Amino acid sequence: MISTLLAFLILTQQIGTPTTQQGVTPPRGIFVIRNARIVTVSGPEIENGTVVIRDGKIEAVGTNVSVPAGAQTIDGSGLSVYPGMIDAGTNMGLVEVPQGANGTVDTAEVGDLNPNAKAIIAVNPHSAHIAVTRVEGITNTVTAPTGGLISGQAALINLLGTAPKEMAVVPQVALVINYPRIAGGGGGFGGQQQQPANLSDTLAANERQLEQIRKMLRDAEAYGRAQDAYAKDKSLPRPDHNVVLEPLVPYVRGERPVIFRAEREAEIRGAVKFAEELKLKPIILGGNDAWKVANVLKEKNVPVIITGILSLPIREDDAYDALYENAAKLQAAGVRFCISTGDAGAEVRNLAQYAGMAAAFGLSKADAVKAVTLYPAQIMNVADRLGSVEVGKMANLVVTDGDLLEIRSSIRYLFIDGRPVVLTSRHTELNDAFKNRK
Amino acid sequence: MKRLLFLAIVATLAVTAARAQRQTSPETLIRNATVLTITRGTLTNTDVLLRNGKIAAVGKNLNASANARIIDGTGKFVMPGIIDCHSHSMLDTINEGTLAVTSMVRTEDVLNPTDVDLYRELAGGVTTLNLLHGSANPIGGLNTVVKIKYGRPASEFLFPGAMPGIKFALGENVKRSSQPNQPGVTRRYPNTRMGVEEVIRDAFTRARDYKRTWDEYREAVKKDKNVMPPRRDLQLEPLVEILEGRRYVHAHCYIASEILMLINIADEFGFKIKTFQHALEGYKVAKEIAAHGAGASIFADSWAYKIEAYDAIPYNAAIMTRAGVIVSMNSDSDERARRLNIEAAKAMHWGDLTEEQALKLITLNPAIQLGIQERVGSIEVGKDADVAIWNGHPFSVYSRVDTTFVDGVVYFDREQDLARRPELAKERATLEQAEPNKPRPQGQSPQTPRRRPSGHNDDVEYDKP
Repeated sequence: MISTLLAFLILTQQIGTPTTQQGVTPPRGIFVIRNARIVTVSGPEIENGTVVIRDGKIEAVGTNVSVPAGAQTIDGSGLSVYPGMIDAGTNMGLVEVPQGANGTVDTAEVGDLNPNAKAIIAVNPHSAHIAVTRVEGITNTVTAPTGGLISGQAALINLLGTAPKEMAVVPQVALVINYPRIAGGGGGFGGQQQQPANLSDTLAANERQLEQIRKMLRDAEAYGRAQDAYAKDKSLPRPDHNVVLEPLVPYVRGERPVIFRAEREAEIRGAVKFAEELKLKPIILGGNDAWKVANVLKEKNVPVIITGILSLPIREDDAYDALYENAAKLQAAGVRFCISTGDAGAEVRNLAQYAGMAAAFGLSKADAVKAVTLYPAQIMNVADRLGSVEVGKMANLVVTDGDLLEIRSSIRYLFIDGRPVVLTSRHTELNDAFKNRK
Repeated sequence: MKRLLFLAIVATLAVTAARAQRQTSPETLIRNATVLTITRGTLTNTDVLLRNGKIAAVGKNLNASANARIIDGTGKFVMPGIIDCHSHSMLDTINEGTLAVTSMVRTEDVLNPTDVDLYRELAGGVTTLNLLHGSANPIGGLNTVVKIKYGRPASEFLFPGAMPGIKFALGENVKRSSQPNQPGVTRRYPNTRMGVEEVIRDAFTRARDYKRTWDEYREAVKKDKNVMPPRRDLQLEPLVEILEGRRYVHAHCYIASEILMLINIADEFGFKIKTFQHALEGYKVAKEIAAHGAGASIFADSWAYKIEAYDAIPYNAAIMTRAGVIVSMNSDSDERARRLNIEAAKAMHWGDLTEEQALKLITLNPAIQLGIQERVGSIEVGKDADVAIWNGHPFSVYSRVDTTFVDGVVYFDREQDLARRPELAKERATLEQAEPNKPRPQGQSPQTPRRRPSGHNDDVEYDKP
């Protein structure tokens, strides 16, 4: 093992990888991981297999793979290669310190309707959260704005890069809508349950909020039609450009997905119905009650990004494991889902623990791994590039000394976009600085 | 809706209580399990006998009485009940935030034994909680150490013989940093870390004088029984107990400088800090904490939630353990309390503690920090039968609890829980039809019992008007 590490140190020095968590993006190259167990996720596991990485992509996977000339080699004996994990429900890079440092918080714009707010604009590539997260094997996140009713557009990013542009896998991956809530969810970080003073007033207010969203989406449809019509026939009056409506056009046309934050049964049902009415392509984010609505989600083929596996059950008389079991129940019902921390950034590194807990309560171990790799890639429409160890995909790979989801396993090597990443973070640096203080 | 939930909970409690009553002083033999003793290593293919609320025997091929319940422990793991050294479960209220010194208030007066999160914690193998006052004041209220006897009256929760304790707090919370200035309203003193130190110094200066007054009185009354006793001061009495080593200080703190400040003041007045709670930067001053003889009770990996937490690192447990500090892993959250096994395992992942060291973080170490190490914290003959059976190694993310015992009585059993669900669903359906649970006119919401939020209770200000 030590020789392996040494080899990697030499390897990284050769290619000039920075030795600290911040720095310029390391270059791509040709890398080979040999004699490793390869958990492809999309197909069978391969014992004593080889993975070849070239120019950012996975070039070859298998037992009968020749090592290209000039490749830098890692001995993977006793190690396992997994696809990097993906957390599809975060605000990674948009917030550094949520309390007491408002200057570092870029999650929620002013006002209720902000489809033009784009997460990719504000992602801070040098946030300490990014390195802290990736060294635990999470290579990608969906990072989403949070505010108002239409929060803005989420980005799907690699957790590596010196500029947002270098990080972006899909700069605008989904529109994010907060489905109007009937009651506060409680829990959460210093959160408080809000009890509506009057239920009918609250429902009426929710309906008004929904109408605001509906009107804007309808306007965007009309706007798109007007722009198209003008493009075909310049004799028509030229419609003014509108920076708020413009970004909505691909979403109202069902070309890109719309993420609805919805936890409770009524909210999830409402979101599914609303999406159907407006012919949107919905994804539920949150979904604590999704297990109660599984038949509807299955029938309408609506996927769920489950974020609440480690939350306390919503109702006092819910089974103690109601949320631990959520994923297994959705799996059994044939609902598409993936597992997310739902965290702003700091705790995203615990993604494996969320998946593992779902496996402790009924989900198969293989599905638990898929729930943080292939499934989120499929739900976010990037399975052609991410989520499994397959030829042609982006080389986002994690090499571990054990089961990917077990707490005691360690990450030994990490590749993002085919670039070898040094396993340091703000935390390893502070550890190194203080661990030997006498 | 909420009212019916409340009724449902009451009904559930009645069932649980009845069950517990049926199960007083049972005898249980767990056969052929892997036993994580904590103090004597890991024993494979070993039996554990629970009798009269105690661990009666640990060994091979043990015999039990004819009426004992036999549990096949093949493939299972037995470990001591987990001890959470920082909890606010079952407290109806947490922060008496009006004064900077509130040592006269007691968490014991606000225990709610029907808090359903207690059951959820049992389902995570937790059996003992250190219920702490919040962190609104430099010197806060008194703690309560409980065993989770969910379904029993609050009085039965109290951990017999646990050392009395008190909550202190330093830094941002006690400065009321998150409280905006209001026109015409004077801010509560202190406003700076200078003032925090001064408040504590003032309180112990008064306590020292108060103690002297009583000491002098006790001498004087020996000679003259007509000497008038001093007036009792309920604020200062607990501080005198601290000075006399009869009450443990559990001090909420984050950054290194405030930890050193409290060590200095404690040294000056001649008392000890038992635990630094959270101690996010404890790793920076581990040798000073160890030299003082204090412990640390910390999170596994929370960080960056506020400025003071920006240097919190998950290697904290390992660095402090190696420096000789007794460290425990706590929850400060009803949610996190359910998975402290994994929080402890994180100290192996980050910092390479041994399995035994990591297991101690949630068993023997917190027991020492609460003065209950003779009763709980390891699987040893004569200790309380507070144990949990896990279906796999508790440090595996794939494991869960099968059964949790407190004083030899089953307070959580997964099979029983699963078996009861259809019955409870039926009961819920019946309750939904009951008159008080029907929708109210004009769409008014039903009255709702207030629930505490779940995360980082220390920081929550919901007690404020």
